[in-house]
Amino acid sequence: MSFMEYPAEYRYTREHEWVRLDGSTATVGITHHAQDQLGDVVFVELPSVGARLQAGGPFGAVESVKAVSDIYAPISGDVTEVNDSLIDAPEKINEDPHGEGWLVRLAVADSNELPQLLSAEQYAEYVAAETDG
Amino acid sequence: MPTAESQCALKRTPLHGVHCDAKARMVDFGGWHMPVEYDGIVAEHNAVRSGVGLFDVSHMGEIVIRGPQGVDLIDSLCSNRAADLQDGQAQYSGLLNPQGGFVDDLLVHRIASDHYLLCVNAANQEGDFAWISDHNSFDAEVTFASADYAQLAIQGPQALVTASKLTGLDLAAMRYYWFESGEFAGVPALVARTGYTGEDGFEVYAAPGDAVAVWQAILDAGAEHSIRPCGLGARNTLRLEAAMSLYGHEIDATVTPYEAGLGWIVKLGKPAFCGRDVLAEQKRRGVSRKLVGFEMTGRGIARDGYGVLVDGDEVGHVTSASPAPWLGNNIGLCMLPVEHAQPGRDIDIAIRGRPVGAKTVRTPFYKRTRQ
Repeated sequence: MSFMEYPAEYRYTREHEWVRLDGSTATVGITHHAQDQLGDVVFVELPSVGARLQAGGPFGAVESVKAVSDIYAPISGDVTEVNDSLIDAPEKINEDPHGEGWLVRLAVADSNELPQLLSAEQYAEYVAAETDG
Repeated sequence: MPTAESQCALKRTPLHGVHCDAKARMVDFGGWHMPVEYDGIVAEHNAVRSGVGLFDVSHMGEIVIRGPQGVDLIDSLCSNRAADLQDGQAQYSGLLNPQGGFVDDLLVHRIASDHYLLCVNAANQEGDFAWISDHNSFDAEVTFASADYAQLAIQGPQALVTASKLTGLDLAAMRYYWFESGEFAGVPALVARTGYTGEDGFEVYAAPGDAVAVWQAILDAGAEHSIRPCGLGARNTLRLEAAMSLYGHEIDATVTPYEAGLGWIVKLGKPAFCGRDVLAEQKRRGVSRKLVGFEMTGRGIARDGYGVLVDGDEVGHVTSASPAPWLGNNIGLCMLPVEHAQPGRDIDIAIRGRPVGAKTVRTPFYKRTRQ
């Protein structure tokens, strides 16, 4: 996987979440690398609409047959939308992690948090280093 | 993530290169660099339930016992009765400590009346060998033989037709928990009708140098049944659906066979064996805790180590749990005080600090229909 496959307009965390900003709305998901490490996703636990997320704080879990992965908010904000389609079709996270497999949308509290996150290129380098050890 | 250096320190089976070339996801499993999955645990699991799958289980340990009193050595340390075995028969047993807990669980194969092959867990093999050697006051010779064997498991309803293509041995006539030595895929092997999946199948013991050729021959023979190479992830979910114990989870040095629901491998009627006194006492008074199966009724997946609540109080713990790929629900095994360990009880599993509903059920969760 080259960094070209990580969308350049997204920002990324070292915990393998991505965030895309549209105006003051942030969409959050887990990365291709994260879903690849997990294997077949069978279950997601997501917050309710209205929940207040703190950047870096845990807000749910994505589970495969063999493992649980906590998910962390890349950016602070209030949950405005939850991807309920994942309840019946969690495999969307494997099939389209950067698109249809999105987890939540947030009303962003402070967009200044965004530049502190990794660029696509930085994230790809981070993943490559982690994988190669 | 393991570093490159720590991966070098991990032990490898003769098929390590095959797994890496196939881009299997490799993990550190008890000091071994092993495939956890090839194309996905669910697909591999279901291939074994509906067709056939192939596992590299060469990390398992082998200990050979020879000599006129070899069987007495085994029967002095194990809970089941090896003296009952005939040539070519295998038996599941417990290697016990003086407290009646498990040093390990194992398969005892009688090759001849003075020649036994023990198949033991990978992580325990050195300890098992030391334990048996230290207690060898018999006319018996104990040999650590793990380096002499690769072990491949062919499992699933199509295992018989697949394996039969590769040998002149009459596998169809071979009974469950029996074995024969002979040529398999053109090399000398021991072929046993055993497994750890809840399906029909065979475990093939061969020389490490022959492992790659045998692996490929089995994949070729099973191609018409869409055979899949399977990793340890599917091996775990398969054995969990069949409610088979895994050392370090359901059983360990502190758990007795009675507590683990394995009373059938305890033969109190045989001459003294390690742990017998404790087990006889436990049999008379009854156990205080017991392994029981459960399935989630609420929305959530139980995992190993999670707490089990009854009326809000934590009374036990989950020993193994997972989504069940074939059954389609979320299942587990847990150790509970005996008063809560009957099937049909409502319990809660503490998932990330939150109680989620579950119900105790009879095991096994999955039982194959025998042809």
